Amino acid sequence: MSLFIDIASWLLLTAGGCLMAASGLGLVRLPNLFARIHAGGLADTGGAALLILGMALQAGWTLVTVKLIMIGIFLFFTAPTAGHALAHAALLGGIDPEASGDGDEDEDDTGDSHVGSP
Amino acid sequence: MFSPRTISLFAVLYGTWLLLSGIWEPFLMISGAAASMLVEFIAHRMDVVDGEGHPIDLTWRALIYYPWLFWQIALSNLQVLRIVLHPRLPISPAVGWVPAGQASSVGLVTFANSITLTPGTVALTVLDDRIHVHALTKGGLDDLMAGEMNRRVCQMEGVRK
Repeated sequence: MSLFIDIASWLLLTAGGCLMAASGLGLVRLPNLFARIHAGGLADTGGAALLILGMALQAGWTLVTVKLIMIGIFLFFTAPTAGHALAHAALLGGIDPEASGDGDEDEDDTGDSHVGSP
Repeated sequence: MFSPRTISLFAVLYGTWLLLSGIWEPFLMISGAAASMLVEFIAHRMDVVDGEGHPIDLTWRALIYYPWLFWQIALSNLQVLRIVLHPRLPISPAVGWVPAGQASSVGLVTFANSITLTPGTVALTVLDDRIHVHALTKGGLDDLMAGEMNRRVCQMEGVRK
């Protein structure tokens, strides 16, 4: 039983880590600010959830698990708020969300010259 | 004074204290009760203990909505993961106004948060009756336009406009 839990937790942690890495890869690969926000969403939701579940399996039925779940709930409500704040600030800052169509294929470096700089 | 909302807020505050401390000594448990009561008193003075600050009337319907939302989050995680790992990066960004039929601000915020939580769509601007959405793919925006998430949030909210 303990072996089974270890394997399940190991799988969850690995999947969560891969999702976090994919999120980072997406941040680099996607062409402009608004598209990159979506890649960040992978880490906020799937990555965080899988890592927390994996750690909760390691902790078992203890207060540590309760605290992990509290962290999860906290992230669940703050991550979208932060994402929305970022997107809205970019919109108010004059970055055109419609312009995203420019560099969607392989023109990564030319497409974002007008929106990429902070 | 002792409405269900008041008692529920105290239970949540005191439960958080106990679970975070994990030390079951009388002194700390009494301190926790006192601290929770102080916070409750301040929250009442600030007039934030209402349907927005502590929406307990949504609890049961939220328990129906959130599992569905988790499932949607998992599905869209896979979709965005596929796009990010795809060699040709097949994105088709789209922007549009999605109708929002929620009557209360709690419902509207839940809808906007749900849109942002599902990877591939982000709420840019929130107005009373519609939400400005940026989507990574045209399909993601079309799914939102189809209105299932809007309908389910309205259902969770439980009030008619």
